[in-house]
Amino acid sequence: MSQFTITIDGREVEAKAGQTILEAAEEAGIYIPRLCHKPGLEPFGGCRVCTVTANGRPCSACTQPAAPGMIVMNETEQVKDFRKTLVEMMFVEGNHFCMFCEKSGNCELQAMGYRMGIDVPRFPFLFPKRNVDASHPDILVDHNRCILCARCIRTSRDVDGKQVFDFVGRGANKRVAVRSGTRLADSDADVSDAAVEACPVGALLKKRVGYATPIGERLYDKAPIGSEIENGEES
Amino acid sequence: MSTLLDSAVRKICKAHDNDPTRLLDVARAVQEKYRCVSDEAIDVISQVLHLPRVTVESLVSFYAFLSTEKQGRVIIRLCDDVIDRMHGYDRVLDAFREELGIELGETTPDGNITLERTACIGMSDQAPAALINDVVVTRLNSDSAREIVRELREHMDPQRLVRTYGRGNNAHDLIRSMVRNNIQTEGLVLLTRTNRGEALRKALSLRPVEVIRAIKTARVRGRGGAGFPTGMKWEFTRAADGEQKVIICNADEGEPGTFKDRILLTEYPDRVFAGMTIAGYAIGAQEGILYLRAEYAYLKAFLEDRLEKRRKEGLLGENVLGHSRFHFDIRIQMGAGAYVCGEETALISSCEGTRGDPKNRPPFPAQHGYLGRPTSVNNVETLCCVTKIMEEGAAAFSQFGTNQSSGTKLLSISGDCRRPGVYELPFGTTLREVLNLCDAEDSIAVQVGGPSGQMVGPDAYDRQICFDDLATGGSIMTFGPQRDLLEVVHAFLEFFEDESCGYCTPCRVGTVLLKEAVERVRDDLCEPVDIDRFQEMGKMMKAMSRCGLGQTAPNPVLSTLENFPGLYANCKKEDSEGYRRSFDLEGSVTEASAIAGRPAHATGEKGGR
Ligand SMILES: Cc1cc2nc3c(=O)[nH]c(=O)nc-3n(C[C@H](O)[C@H](O)[C@H](O)COP(=O)(O)O)c2cc1C
Ligand code: SF4
Ligand code: FES
Ligand code: FES
Repeated sequence: MSQFTITIDGREVEAKAGQTILEAAEEAGIYIPRLCHKPGLEPFGGCRVCTVTANGRPCSACTQPAAPGMIVMNETEQVKDFRKTLVEMMFVEGNHFCMFCEKSGNCELQAMGYRMGIDVPRFPFLFPKRNVDASHPDILVDHNRCILCARCIRTSRDVDGKQVFDFVGRGANKRVAVRSGTRLADSDADVSDAAVEACPVGALLKKRVGYATPIGERLYDKAPIGSEIENGEES
Repeated sequence: MSTLLDSAVRKICKAHDNDPTRLLDVARAVQEKYRCVSDEAIDVISQVLHLPRVTVESLVSFYAFLSTEKQGRVIIRLCDDVIDRMHGYDRVLDAFREELGIELGETTPDGNITLERTACIGMSDQAPAALINDVVVTRLNSDSAREIVRELREHMDPQRLVRTYGRGNNAHDLIRSMVRNNIQTEGLVLLTRTNRGEALRKALSLRPVEVIRAIKTARVRGRGGAGFPTGMKWEFTRAADGEQKVIICNADEGEPGTFKDRILLTEYPDRVFAGMTIAGYAIGAQEGILYLRAEYAYLKAFLEDRLEKRRKEGLLGENVLGHSRFHFDIRIQMGAGAYVCGEETALISSCEGTRGDPKNRPPFPAQHGYLGRPTSVNNVETLCCVTKIMEEGAAAFSQFGTNQSSGTKLLSISGDCRRPGVYELPFGTTLREVLNLCDAEDSIAVQVGGPSGQMVGPDAYDRQICFDDLATGGSIMTFGPQRDLLEVVHAFLEFFEDESCGYCTPCRVGTVLLKEAVERVRDDLCEPVDIDRFQEMGKMMKAMSRCGLGQTAPNPVLSTLENFPGLYANCKKEDSEGYRRSFDLEGSVTEASAIAGRPAHATGEKGGR
């Protein structure tokens, strides 16, 4: 496979043909913030948190293929400000009450908020009216926390081979719906599905396991999200 | 489950070869027959086309002209656009509501008539307008609205509402529409008589690369808005790997205030189809698709008929004009009410029978387009330019215009002007000349390029209409001294909020937040810091949104902040008592007071959200 270099924030980085900017960065221990991206799934390009500039033009690092000589900017003040604005927008779009959410401490959105230094969003909360679907014996769907990242949809389709979920509606009315009928209980979703684990937030949860990990030992209690990549723990 | 519905839906699927990529057509047909795509129908479709149920539901819920709830036998879709609002939308709506006894979004108890609002239907030059099923009614007022309802109650036949026909082909047997062409200028290039078959004959006498070279020599740039050089796009598509290639003509014409493609489709359909065929020859395509917006369904039978005639004359089909290796045909794909489907990758999704979500790029359509085939998407007007260049040569075309913007541009002009309609003018014409021509010299503001374009004031009237100065896909809206420009900005933002596909965060959330911000400015609840934040958010949306819709959605705010800062003047003062003006104290405690059984304080005007 052909190999070439790109630069990210002035640092030369090796990349392979077919790799996205995000993958090349990750291999080099550079973290590009992301929420909808999940390794192994087809890139979605929806959350836009991974936006960088490549040769001066903004693009989503999770979908943009790396190309020889590409000059990528990831950590400029402008890009960081924009990302922060974006994550704030995610917080006001849904109903996120982290303090009593089972996902707290393990939530990628919450962790992203901390990493970016968000204490309170600068935009008015939209307080949408959304549903909770607790029909399934082992799985809970709380649309209030959903960030529409399509990770469950893609995982169910491509990993579980089931296609339990898809989007319905458009614009602000877009939401995740279940394959047949309206309730998860009427679908073939199973608690062992990879899709259940794919949710970055607390929108799709296994029942009866919440709060099992004590505060202080949860995924993002010790180190901010992304540090596993920066410290070379993965790859 | 009713077996009647079951077999009818199966029949519809069968008529579309049980092909899941024709799902949109199937859903449209079911909607037409049953006035909805019901849960039962969705079950049958998903079974027959082997699609997950939720995929069908996903499609139905995406398009404005499809619904799962049963609608009336007649649907009145009142065009709710800025221009219509300026010309009496409210009065017309009230008349419809009163006469029908229902609100927007409702159906009369007898199940006969549904009343809805819809985005610009391409009739801004004869606003207020409405679609009644597929029939267009224009220049409405409260009297005609009441009369329409009375008549419909008698015969329920929208076509019978049309008494006089517009000029030209609007009176054609297959159109029979009251729509007026309102062509305001003598034609220079596009609005001229055409010589049937000649352009195509000339093109086929050249090699495909020579056709592309001629288009490049004429320096044609796309007329749909983005201005990409057409010859280059064709070259990429031609060079891409793939046996099968596709040319798509973008007739979605969804940018509010644009209606010039309507004229081309009505009066010059052969010029459009010839352009598609020439493009097909140049890029090596066998297949052409005309993507026609649902609002223009009244033109469909007429266009189908033209296609059939072209087939009979050997201008389409096997061995076009006797050419041994060129086989090419065109089908019409109907849209179903979604502005974003004008965006070329969303348009391709829609042609493939899915939600009109834009796609990730790369790969670009030229490499991987419709069903994975290399595809060129071109605007109606662009393809008409192509036909003219073949007919009369590149020089005859590029004698008009400027260096960077060659040729002429069709402008759709509406708003506060005495002569709304379609104008063909050379690129480089100043806005002042345009305003003189349409008799709108006293405009206080002009929206160039529709909501996604920019609003400019009198200090910009000497600027030129062209790709590098005031770019427009064709929409020019004029606003007279009596207009409240903040209301215009608000209406544009409502439009983007309604039309965002919802795929990406910046657009899905940003359109809502921006609209609410403008409401707070209007209601005098905004502070300077809010303006800074929303400007920052607008810039972020431009940079981070996934497609052109979200990238341009903040333009109404950003361009007025720059060109009309006075609109936001009341945000400049700090509250004298040091309160956040956006915080509505009374409003926030109303619910709590009610629970506590205390009377709510009379709060007067202050409302907040
Ligand atoms: C939200 C959005 C809507 C669009 N609507 C249209 C349209 O209605 N008609 C059109 O020709 N182009 C439209 N475009 C531009 C198309 O994406 C594309 O650039 C164009 O069809 C290419 O044709 P051209 O090169 O001939 O201009 C739209 C773009 C965006 C982002
Ligand atoms: S910008 Fe994003 S949400 Fe808006 S229409 Fe494009 S893809 Fe959809
Ligand atoms: S991670 Fe790239 S767009 Fe979401
Ligand atoms: S803490 Fe993020 S969704 Fe609950």
